[in-house]
Amino acid sequence: MIAFVLRRLFQALLVMLAVGMVAFALFRYVGDPIESMAAEDDTAEFRQELAERLGLDDPAIVQFGRYILNCLRGDLGISYRNKRPVAELIADRLPATLELVLCASIVALVIGIPLGVYTGLHRNTVTSEVLQAVSLFGISMPTFLTGIILILIFSVFLNVLPSFGRGEVVDLGWWTTGFLTVSGLKALILPSITLGLFQMTLLMRLVRTEMLEVLRTDYIKFARARGLTDRSINFGHALKNTLVPVITVAGMKLGSLIAFAIITETVFQWPGMGFLFIQAVHNVDIPVMGAYLMMIALIFVIINLIVDLLYYAVDPRLRIDRAVAGGYTS
Amino acid sequence: MKRLALACAAAAVAMIGVSDPAAAKTFRWAYQGDAAEMDPQARRETFTDAVIANVMEGLVRYDENLKIEPELATRWELLSPTVWRFYLREGVKFHNGNPFNADDVITTYKRGTDERSPWKGALIAVKDIRKVDDFTVDVETHAPYPTLLSDLSNMMMFDQEWLVEHNALDPVDPGKGEEGYTIRHAMGTGPFILESYRPDDQTIMVVNPDWWDNANKKHNLTKVIFRPIKSAATRVAALISGELDMMYPVPLQDIGRINNTAGYEVLEAPALRTLFFGWRMSADELPSSNVKGKNPLSDLRVRQAMFQALDMDTIKAKVMRGHSEIVGVIMSRFLGGYHSSMDGRVLSYDPEAAKKLLAEAGYPDGFEVELVCPNDRYINDEAICVAAVGMWAKVGVKVKLNSMPKAKWSPTLRQGNADMFLLGWAASTTLDAHNVLINLAHSWDGKKGVYNPQGYSNNRLDELTELIGKETNPEQRQLYINEAFKLHKEEIGAIPLHSQTLVWGVRNGVKVAQPANNVLMLRYVQMP
Repeated sequence: MIAFVLRRLFQALLVMLAVGMVAFALFRYVGDPIESMAAEDDTAEFRQELAERLGLDDPAIVQFGRYILNCLRGDLGISYRNKRPVAELIADRLPATLELVLCASIVALVIGIPLGVYTGLHRNTVTSEVLQAVSLFGISMPTFLTGIILILIFSVFLNVLPSFGRGEVVDLGWWTTGFLTVSGLKALILPSITLGLFQMTLLMRLVRTEMLEVLRTDYIKFARARGLTDRSINFGHALKNTLVPVITVAGMKLGSLIAFAIITETVFQWPGMGFLFIQAVHNVDIPVMGAYLMMIALIFVIINLIVDLLYYAVDPRLRIDRAVAGGYTS
Repeated sequence: MKRLALACAAAAVAMIGVSDPAAAKTFRWAYQGDAAEMDPQARRETFTDAVIANVMEGLVRYDENLKIEPELATRWELLSPTVWRFYLREGVKFHNGNPFNADDVITTYKRGTDERSPWKGALIAVKDIRKVDDFTVDVETHAPYPTLLSDLSNMMMFDQEWLVEHNALDPVDPGKGEEGYTIRHAMGTGPFILESYRPDDQTIMVVNPDWWDNANKKHNLTKVIFRPIKSAATRVAALISGELDMMYPVPLQDIGRINNTAGYEVLEAPALRTLFFGWRMSADELPSSNVKGKNPLSDLRVRQAMFQALDMDTIKAKVMRGHSEIVGVIMSRFLGGYHSSMDGRVLSYDPEAAKKLLAEAGYPDGFEVELVCPNDRYINDEAICVAAVGMWAKVGVKVKLNSMPKAKWSPTLRQGNADMFLLGWAASTTLDAHNVLINLAHSWDGKKGVYNPQGYSNNRLDELTELIGKETNPEQRQLYINEAFKLHKEEIGAIPLHSQTLVWGVRNGVKVAQPANNVLMLRYVQMP
């Protein structure tokens, strides 16, 4: 078990290195970082001098090597745009993104799974059909459009929720939270729905399909023959057996939520990491782009690891299989 | 928890501190981007400087009509053609209570022009600034320099003691790899005090009750909350849902929507930024063209044809929805040195004449060339290019459009890799015709003609540019400027298009000054 975790962490390092390398090879095509640091009428001499001072005139491979060496020393560099240490900048923005992703995931799980169970159990009712149809919208609507429509309805027409920003946040020193103020909580509603909508509809459809599968299996029939209550069959046996694929998908999607909160954060001017990244791309802020991409790679690897470990907990068969194969089944 | 309790207590005290809540006027505004930092010497960017200028002040400032007026200097005189004497305002205090004097000027100057300073390009004409006594300084320029005051308006004064206290005497050095205190903190003498700055989120300022100019102040604000909002749709929604008092820029397609919403309106004013198509007309051959061995654009008749093929009225009506001002030269009429002789376009829209000119020049079937166009830089930039490409196609010139983001477009253009390009210039650092000529029309030599690589090149214009740079007699200088622009206009060194329009959205009753450099000056804002 420990060997398995260690092996995964080692893989994580390789993945991050590969992501970093690809990223640095691509950065040169994004544009010239000097552009956002020099004024329009600064001379070519001045630009050259600045590029030299930042080491931007070195070949990409040299820049990458230097970057990795600095990272190993714990120095992620200074943002070209914000002129602040990248590690500090990310730590500053992390709470905003994580709180948003947490709320979006709760929206997705708390609404998506029960709806999936309901539509799975009551297949042919009108309510189910309507929910199914509505979920199609949710799954196919681009995020920015969802965001804009929600803003239009709840901010412009109804005037009940803020259209942008985090509201009042409370600074706990190492974390800024919007959970402790009314305006902070109100500000979370629209972005969370926007970000969570896709995942919610996806989970709903997934759970529904899985439920339909499981309800057809023999052990459910036997359970019914034994005279167990519907409640016990549906939730104790059927739902539990649908959870393995649901956990996989929800886990993978959690990573995407963090990585791709970019659009939601841009629409709602949410001061999180995604917004930081999009600004960095705009300004060719290489230290921030590099750190962000490698961090996202790390998050994906860790989430995959956690998902694998959760399988153990949910599905007893996996434990036996792994024991037989000596832990080499990943 | 203790921290939280303290914060609550502080908030409670702050609320009690406001003497008359009815008189409290909080102004909430938004822009599409944020101030990059709070140090005016960390880069030269109009918007960043504009935000800081509410907190820090220079020797002179612009008024709402972009005329220079005294700020921390009360008056000045020329001791010789290259030495200016400035008399400083006495009794001015920084927000921390420190008095302002000549030492602060010298420190600010030394810091900004340090070898490592990213800002040093701003005072390239200045040789030295010397202290005469506590309230007098002499500024010496390398050569006679008529636009010194404009340059000095960008030098905002630091408090020497404050810099020393926070170990910030050294300039911000992007190569050094550490954060300076000035990046997120500001100390000045201005009408507003910086309370907090959270990048990409919000910046809060409160009014300075001890501002030296309070007796003549035009604003009635007590607190200002600035929120950057990148997404244009969100920015519009935030205004008309009552979360903002003012925001800009308004996307052209949303002007009607805001005007039709009760309680909100759009304010428009002409802007400095003037767009034009430039080209590598002095190159031997255009790499993107099918014409080999010669450059079609070096023929005046071809340039005239390209000019006459463009229907500017249609571009204004359809692409800009009427919100632009067609120009005759590559400069706004609000820049210093503009003259009525520059009004009007040199040739009219006439596709038939264009075809004839092309045939005369030996291109009856036209030719091919590439146009490099930004897609995130100016109002409807890509759409302008698309429209122009269609118009040129009608006279037979096949222009391939290559649009790209600003971070790529600008180096492409400057390195001379764009045969034709769209560029907009505001000259917002000096607000003078000389800035336009030296950057856009002077022959390309690495230092001058930065945005004119292998472009228009005329010895007389180069000579005139130099003369304009140091001529201190206004009448003579104007004659030089007129001659230079006449040359550029008649030889079609570029195709001037239009000046942009400033489009700002406000809540009814909010009064703002709308200077052509697209800067919101808080000291002119009045709330209902």
